[in-house]
Amino acid sequence: MTKASPLPDYNFAYLDEGTKRMIRRAVLKAIAIPGYQVPFASREMPMPYGWGTGGVQVTASIIGPTDVLKVIDQGADDTINAVSIRSFFQKTAAVQTTTHTNEASIIQTRHRIPETPLRADQILVYQVPIPEPLRFLEPRETETRTMHALEEYGLMHVKLYEDIARHDHIATTYAYPVKVAGRYVMDPSPIPKFDNPKMDRSPALQLFGAGREKRIYALPPFIEVKSLDFEDHPFSIQRFDKPCALCGAEGVYLDEVITDDRGGRMFVCSDTDHCQSRLTQGQGPTGPLASSGEEAGR
Amino acid sequence: MYVAVKGGEVAIRNAHRLLDDRRRGDRSVPALTLEQITGQLALAVDRVMAEGSLYDPELAAMAIRQARGDLIEAIFLLRAYRTTLPRLGPSRPLDTGRMRIERRISATYKDLPGGQLLGPTFDYTHRLIDPAMAGAEPIEAPERRPCHPDSNWPRVTDLLGDEDLIEPDGEGAEEPGDLTRDPVSFPTDRAVRLQALARGDEGFLLALGYSTQRGYGRTHPFVGEIRIGFVVVEVDIPELGFSICIGEIRVTECQMVSQFTGNGSESPRFTRGYGLVFGQSERKAMAMSLVERALRAEEFDEERLAPAQDEEFVLEHCDNVAATGFVEHLKLPHYVDFQAELELLRRLRREQEERSRAAQAAGADETREVAE
Repeated sequence: MTKASPLPDYNFAYLDEGTKRMIRRAVLKAIAIPGYQVPFASREMPMPYGWGTGGVQVTASIIGPTDVLKVIDQGADDTINAVSIRSFFQKTAAVQTTTHTNEASIIQTRHRIPETPLRADQILVYQVPIPEPLRFLEPRETETRTMHALEEYGLMHVKLYEDIARHDHIATTYAYPVKVAGRYVMDPSPIPKFDNPKMDRSPALQLFGAGREKRIYALPPFIEVKSLDFEDHPFSIQRFDKPCALCGAEGVYLDEVITDDRGGRMFVCSDTDHCQSRLTQGQGPTGPLASSGEEAGR
Repeated sequence: MYVAVKGGEVAIRNAHRLLDDRRRGDRSVPALTLEQITGQLALAVDRVMAEGSLYDPELAAMAIRQARGDLIEAIFLLRAYRTTLPRLGPSRPLDTGRMRIERRISATYKDLPGGQLLGPTFDYTHRLIDPAMAGAEPIEAPERRPCHPDSNWPRVTDLLGDEDLIEPDGEGAEEPGDLTRDPVSFPTDRAVRLQALARGDEGFLLALGYSTQRGYGRTHPFVGEIRIGFVVVEVDIPELGFSICIGEIRVTECQMVSQFTGNGSESPRFTRGYGLVFGQSERKAMAMSLVERALRAEEFDEERLAPAQDEEFVLEHCDNVAATGFVEHLKLPHYVDFQAELELLRRLRREQEERSRAAQAAGADETREVAE
């Protein structure tokens, strides 16, 4: 190298204060209009678009030195992207981090909502790839914005109806659209629909950041969040026939883990903190650890 | 037994150590210097500066070296650094008419004031791999021309403009928008569109520009002029009340003279397609000017049917840093959503199996009835 490193000293939590203020304004607007997608001047972050830049910007704008941060991906604290984002904030903000849901003041998540119910003093920050719930029905932003403005959601209902006509089920299993406070149809980010009911009237503030698409939206605490459905086809969530093979938890979301190449598989908690806490409390599996050769749902 | 992906932190650290090793390669070979990259891979440096939206050859060279020559990765590095810089304000419009010219060609006139100047071009080289490139043979010094400070290189579009044969260039907004500071909303204005194209992916714009030539949004283009050289960047200092020069940058400008318009009330005139890129990048500047013109379809009441004429389509997809991020994010874990799909698929299959079994049973009953 021919000159000293030209790299600057970064501000607390990486973003400069002007940018944080801009993002906080967008967040406040989003809270004031629940479910409405607020455009914001998303910055280029030192991690790739599509890897959580929206969530990282929201977290960076709201985090303070006394916050305790938890980062999960697929429900787990130790997936590689969660590890990477957590260490980013350790490095740039030197905040305390945790894997325990009940110790965290800010939880950044990709694809899951923790099993432990959230409290009013917690904020859940979602990473969002495509914030527009109508995007796959209408690719044009100019069109979808008009549809939201006119509350024109017929297309979405037609799509869900066509699913029922074809499969006898609504064939959306994740990123299942919701209606917020009876007004905006909103994409809950690609969480399994299993988690949708947890959003409804949650005491925690829920913030959604989409970096690449430059949108922020929010669910204020205790807001009504209703998954779209029909009277004769009410919304229902996934059910697992067996409890977690490690901690025996029931009524939680499970990951299918393939244990060998002869059809052996087991189902374990997707929320690693929930599973770990139960194990340390002395809870254990109710059945054999691995149930070889058996298929899910049978 | 597998329980999630444990030990992520160690894995990441080791992966990055391996990356460092591969980047360096054979230790007995001297490491690349930044001077070598800026000097001998100058066009790669130019592309990284252009699409990284930051004019700094040395930083671009560092990014290229860090990215192991992956230019989109290098562009990403430069962009991420650029975000952290304060935005001090806009410069005065560059006066490319006063460019210190290295290359200037026109396809519309055989000769013109200032003349045609080929400059350092690949054009007319025979694309034969040169055995000399395997070694370090001495290179002759180039022919040089004396530079007259008062030499005149009028722009072709200005020559046409004097006769009112081409649409005027417009005055433009007082301060152009900045898509890195404000979210884009559609329809955009021309300044923001040009900004998006200037930092857009060269390959994407090349393909789109090419598509306009093949009938998907034809614009009947002529290269009025391409010029490459140095222009002065001037900034107004409000406290001083006048502008000062803060430096010189190399740019490539392409003025495409395109399909004329006009109707009963307005006399027919050529229209413009404009391309301006940091550094020497003729391909990018030309592709940009083709796409820019195609995107102006609405302005001229042209039918908008082709992808290159669709502002939302072009601007939403021309950014390679966004594109590569989102395409590559598919390799992140998605097993929660996949599990949800698996569950549904298994349920649908089970239900269908039950239905067909029931139908078979009913069919067998019927056959029996017929037989009786």
